[in-house]
Amino acid sequence: MQVRTLFFAAYRDAVGTTALQVDLPEGATVGDLVNGLRARGAPFDRLPELPAVAVNRTLVRGDAALSNGDEIAFLPPVAGG
Amino acid sequence: MNTPARGGSVPVARAHPPGAPAPDAAIQREPIDPATVLSRVGAPSDGAVLLFLGTVRNHADGRAVGGMRYETYEAMAAEVLEAIVREAAERLGTPRVAVVHRVGELGVGDVSVAIAVSSPHRESAYAASRHVIEEIKRRLPVWKHEHFVAGGARWVDGHALDPQSGSGAETAPDRAGER
Repeated sequence: MQVRTLFFAAYRDAVGTTALQVDLPEGATVGDLVNGLRARGAPFDRLPELPAVAVNRTLVRGDAALSNGDEIAFLPPVAGG
Repeated sequence: MNTPARGGSVPVARAHPPGAPAPDAAIQREPIDPATVLSRVGAPSDGAVLLFLGTVRNHADGRAVGGMRYETYEAMAAEVLEAIVREAAERLGTPRVAVVHRVGELGVGDVSVAIAVSSPHRESAYAASRHVIEEIKRRLPVWKHEHFVAGGARWVDGHALDPQSGSGAETAPDRAGER
């Protein structure tokens, strides 16, 4: 399956891109995605081990399963207001 | 479709339960007009009307700040902001709440967020206003890049989002009394 990842603010600066299509095996979880990205090495190893992640605009835990076409956002600590 | 544009763009998507009035919540790039936000609340039954403005301050940690760039995950932020307003209405008994959060390049003194609330009595108005600003700081996917007058810039330290604590658009426990 293929998912679309988005990187915001400090994470975008860290990895140098705003969006990335990623191929994953069926049944992959958010944790699998994060680990797979970090295993690519620089610059993706600059992402934290346990970033806050939203799947289709809802925050999920690392064990959440992914589906083809999901939009996965990596969200640094927020500072609105 | 949800490209992470720097600072996002308008208009925002609106997501709300069918049959319920759309929460009065918006994220915009244009300057905020506080009078317009204030005009969206108030009723003959209300004896208290509150307007909270968040503004860009000129200093941080002893350094002079020249401005701030606000970025957002626009599609998610729109949903979270609406959820926050709905909570204020449902739990605090203040259906008249209007919120606008600005994104983009802001200068010192510019209004970054405006929260207008009206209710029959001041206690619920203050509680609702407080709830909305605290939840914005806790849950809204917005980030601030601070520019220093002397040069340099940094991302402002933020609050880690946590799916366990009701961050995001889903219902959170009542935190009106928290600081």
